This record gives sequence, C-alpha cells and structure tokens, in this order.
Amino acid sequence: MNILICIKQVPDMESKFKINGEGTWYDRADLAWRMNEYDEYAVEQAVRLKEQVKDADLTVLCIGPDQVTEAIKKALAMGCDRGVHITDPYSAKREPIAIATMIAGFAKGKNFDVIFTGMQSQDRGSAQVGVMVAELLGIPAVTTIVGFAYDNGTIQVKRELEGGSKALVTATTPVVLTCQLGLNTPRYPTLPNIMKAKKKELLPLAPDVGGLGPRQETTACAFPEKKGGGLVLEGEIPELADKLIQLLKEKTTVLA
Amino acid sequence: MKTLLVAEFREGKLRAEYSQLIAFAQQQQAEAAMFLVGSAGEVPKFNGTLYLADAAKYGEYNPTVHKQLLLDVIAKEQPAQIVFLHSSYGWDLAPRVAVALQAAQVSEVVSVDNGLPVVPVCNAKLRRTIKAITAQTVLTIQAGAFGMEAEPEGTPTVVEIDTGAAGKVQCTGYEAAKIEGVDLTKAEIIVSAGRGVGKPENVAMVQALAKALGGEYGASRPVVDAGWVEHNRQVGTTGSTVTPKLYVACGISGAIQHLAGMKKSDFIVAINTDRDAPIGEVANVLVVADLKQFLPVLTEKLGAR
Repeated sequence: MNILICIKQVPDMESKFKINGEGTWYDRADLAWRMNEYDEYAVEQAVRLKEQVKDADLTVLCIGPDQVTEAIKKALAMGCDRGVHITDPYSAKREPIAIATMIAGFAKGKNFDVIFTGMQSQDRGSAQVGVMVAELLGIPAVTTIVGFAYDNGTIQVKRELEGGSKALVTATTPVVLTCQLGLNTPRYPTLPNIMKAKKKELLPLAPDVGGLGPRQETTACAFPEKKGGGLVLEGEIPELADKLIQLLKEKTTVLA
Repeated sequence: MKTLLVAEFREGKLRAEYSQLIAFAQQQQAEAAMFLVGSAGEVPKFNGTLYLADAAKYGEYNPTVHKQLLLDVIAKEQPAQIVFLHSSYGWDLAPRVAVALQAAQVSEVVSVDNGLPVVPVCNAKLRRTIKAITAQTVLTIQAGAFGMEAEPEGTPTVVEIDTGAAGKVQCTGYEAAKIEGVDLTKAEIIVSAGRGVGKPENVAMVQALAKALGGEYGASRPVVDAGWVEHNRQVGTTGSTVTPKLYVACGISGAIQHLAGMKKSDFIVAINTDRDAPIGEVANVLVVADLKQFLPVLTEKLGAR
C-alpha cells in the first residue's frame, strides 16, 4: 500500500501569543513548536496500518519554513518511511485551498491508497484542507474519524458526531481520512527509532500553487475583547482558598 | 444579500440547530432560502423557500450526492453566501462546495464585524477577521454563536429536488453514545479536570475536591482522550452538556467545545495559571493559581469547615 500523511507544525497552544507586526497573525518568535495534535493521530494510524498489512510505504508531507523538518523527523521516528518538505516560508499566509492545492499537486499521479491527515490544525482550525485535497484529487473523503479498520481494500471508519454518537461509514481506497482526537494513542518515538529516522529520506520541494489566485485575506488578528465581569483572584494560596470559600458562601447555595 | 442556509437531518430527525442559521441570516438582514436533505414529514419552521431532497433516497451522510444537490440549488438561486453550521455535517460538506464554486470558505464564524466574518484561532486565544474576495462565500458558523430570541416560526414553500449523482462512501448506521454509569447532566456540583492537571495521578486532587463539595468530577476532552478519566465524565460538545449550580474548571483553558458544554452553569469557578485563558470569559471567578498547590489547600479548608 502507498500511504500519504499530511502534517503541520503548530505552536504549543499553551504558549503566550503575541500579534505580528502586520496585525494579521501571531508572531512566530519565542514560541515552542510541535506537531499538530490531530496529525499525531494520523501518523499513528498510518503506522498501525503498515504494521497490519506489512507491505506499505508511508510518506509524510509537511509545508512550512525550515524548522518544520522537526515535525517531519518526529513522524519518521514514529514509523513513517520517507519525508517530503514543501519548503515554504510563507505557508502561514496561505489560505486552506492553497495548502490543499500544493498537497494535491504532490499527490497527483502517485496512486496513494490512503491519505491521512488531522481533521484540523490547532492554530488555524479551518478543518478545510483534508476535504479540499480529496476534492481536488477527485477521491472520497471521510472526516472526523475516531475509529478505523482496514480489510483488503475496504475501510470501515467511525465518524464522531455531536453528543458523542458515531456514524459507521464504509469506503474503498483511494480515500482521504481526517483524524479526530482519540482515534488511537499516538506512540512516543523511541531513541533507536529517532536515530534511524535521521537516515531516512527527506525530500525538499518548492511550493507550487499553480495559477491559484487569492480568495480571501486576513484584515485583522487580535485578542478577543474580554467580556463579562468575572472576578480575578490572585495572591497567596491559603488566602485565595479563603476568599473563594467566602465567595461560594455568598454567591451560591452549594455550601449551605 | 441572497443567502442559502444548509439545515441538517440525522437519525430520522431534523436538527434543531437550523434556528441558528436563521438567526445568522436575520442578523445580516439577508434574503434567505434553505436547503435540507431530510424528510417532508418534518420541515424547518421558516418563511421562505425550502429546497428539500429525500434523505430516505439520498442518505443522511452521503457527501458527494449532497454536494451535487446543493450545487444544483446554488446554480438556480445564485446566493452570495452559503451558510452551514460548523458541525460534523457542515465542516465535511462545506469545503466540497467551496472547491466546486472556487469560492472563499470561512470556517467557524463567531461574529460579523462591519460585514466581515470573525473566526477564532489558536484554541480561541485569538480572533481573525477575514475578507472574502470571491463573488460567493461559503461560511460555517460556530455552534451557539448565533441564537434567536424566540422559537423559529413559519411555513416554508417546499421545492423538491433530485439528482442522479452517485455516492462514493456508504453510511451503514449509527453507534449510540455510551451513557452507562454516572450522568453528569443531573449533578448539582461538578469539578472538572483539564489538561493543566499535568499527569494522571493529579486527577485524584480533582476527585478529592469534588468529594469535599459533595459533587461529581468531570473532565475536558484531552484528559478523556489520554485515558485519565472515563468518557462518560467528559463535558463538552461530544460529551455531556451540563448546567450545575457550581462548576469548577481545574486547569481547563476553555476550548469552544468545552465551553459549549458548561457555560450555562449557574456559577463557574476557573482555576488556571494563565489569567488570559479563554475559560475566563465564562467564569464568575478566575483563581490565578497552580491547581496542584491550590486544590489540596482548598479541599482541606472545605473539609475543616
């Protein structure tokens, strides 16, 4: 089987964000970076599929500046066979259709049986790219999967729905699957696998969006206005506890 | 502005969230028509044209076919915007329509600022304002962001629609949510653990506080996904939606999916080291502290009362 996994590198969401000079996105400086959490599930599912069918080749693709090779190396250490880095310092400015166009441009003609990706990124969160890749390639996509089983070209997935119920969906290859949190338990790369990953192929490619023009632009990026008059308590721990208990006595009936 | 609203139907029922689409259209003073793959037996309360395809014939989740039905209606109606809910149905179908129309898609709109959609990014820590520069725009709106003051009313003019398109995947059925064990929707006091608890052993601190308050403990999604707390205690869009008298969020940053499940609680206390965490938006009291130090002290003082 020929499998593609599309990943993104994102800031740790616990980071302190600052707005960039143009006022259109966050400032990249002083952030800790990691593989998009949803994509970790995509990588893990692909590696498990290879473990099941034995004969499979896993290509992991990431778009972004040079530092995103760290995310690719993690995917290689988790078990992917080769990496593709579309070297694009402007990736953060690209809209979802442009990212999808680059991925579809790479995938076209390579006969990938399954393309795994996260259902969204933690920073942009558009949930568009995976589906758009499938549409551009003219193959089916199933989004938000929390269950996956493969048997001889047939794929059974569970789609997560609101309220915790799931839809059972059957598809055949080729297919794009976008992965939701909780699909599996992503493995931690072991030290020997991290060493092995250093020897795996990592192919740099130039970004190519064909003749695609812009469809949208960001006019502003800002912190949300603080609404509501919630009380903020700061200080020494024992005093904080006393103050909170006092508030609960005054404002609620739960300590009655 | 001519607007097409995409309503949803699942497990034989019209999804009541269609009222949010109407609320959005009303806020924009848009001229709205509606699209639904559903059933003539249960149509949205809406004064306007409803393009209705039969879910018994075309399936409830059958994206390729639903896309074609929708594109046919769009070709006829020529709406300036096509509006979906940002839901498992909407975020799956909207990009397919946007690709076909070569239209800008803006996901998870929470508000409209001077005619431009605003969306949350970075776990709702930031907001982006977006300007679409295509003639048509595809939007998905965040669940709960647009609400009506009154129940929807009216009777649509139904136009039945059909297509010869064939599906590429098959939805074979549904698996019900697991609801055995504790039912958080009935709890009066809930203390929930978020990613900020750091490691599974620290969930015990949250349990201890819940016990001291005489309530139940819950968790946000990452804690459940990590297997530290069982799924039937998950609060949020894909878990339980709760309205206790007191909700204590411990180390929960406040992702939209979590807020949607608990923001209607009577009194909300958040304990977080980050005073800018989005949970602060819905909390009555935000205690800026490390829960690992704060919870044991609070629990002890409550026990000594």
